[in-house]
Amino acid sequence: MKLFSKCSETAHICDKHQYEEIGFFDKIKMKLHLLLCNLCRNYSKRNERLTKELKTANIKTFTNEEKKLLKNRLAEEIKNQHDS
Amino acid sequence: MSSEVLNPDKWVDNYADYLYNYTIVRVNDHIVAQEIVSETFLAALRAKDNFQGKATERTWLVSILKRKIIDHYRYSNSNKGKAEVSISYRDPDAEGDWLEENAADPFDRTAEDSLENEELRLAILECIDQLPEKQAEIFKLKTIEEYDTETICKEYNITPSNLWVIIHRARKAMMECMEKNWIN
Repeated sequence: MKLFSKCSETAHICDKHQYEEIGFFDKIKMKLHLLLCNLCRNYSKRNERLTKELKTANIKTFTNEEKKLLKNRLAEEIKNQHDS
Repeated sequence: MSSEVLNPDKWVDNYADYLYNYTIVRVNDHIVAQEIVSETFLAALRAKDNFQGKATERTWLVSILKRKIIDHYRYSNSNKGKAEVSISYRDPDAEGDWLEENAADPFDRTAEDSLENEELRLAILECIDQLPEKQAEIFKLKTIEEYDTETICKEYNITPSNLWVIIHRARKAMMECMEKNWIN
């Protein structure tokens, strides 16, 4: 195992980490890199903040089906307007 | 300054989530909120000739939405609306002020849906709006709807490394946008 990973690789692991999709070794690798690299530490901090904001916001969205229904309803109305 | 034009075909994709999040803290009911958003779009379609292009499309839609939300409360406080509220008082002593208790209260926000969270939510949605279309879609699917990587890759016919590149770009743009629009 290479001890010191590249910044681009670290950024990639860091992104995945936001979605909890990294394994144990990747995590160690990232932590090690962060210890030594100021730029990546900064990126990681901002990334975590974004994740936290997204979590706090708890955004709700229309499901795809609900969107489709809504679109159909609008399309019908547009058609009616054209006809009249 | 170029004046804004309306683009109804894109309304659902571009604004449905924003309007929904605006509504849900005010009516606290999923179905009612969706109905209000849908009515807003229909009303906007009928009124689209009145759009003067002075405001952005979203601002204009929000102004219609606000009126729809007020209408909703007006209706649920009207006699007709109250007739639809089911009354569960059995105890004759408790009849007191049931009308007021059963009409929805617009100022009743739960702790999770505090005003600050709402502002944060709308700030995030505004930032997502500024991403390129495909990036925005994939970012939303991955981050907000929490689809797994595989599902999204299949749907968009991309490889996982493509997906992570898109997510990386989206996140970077989101960080910058949020740092500008949202001060902690």
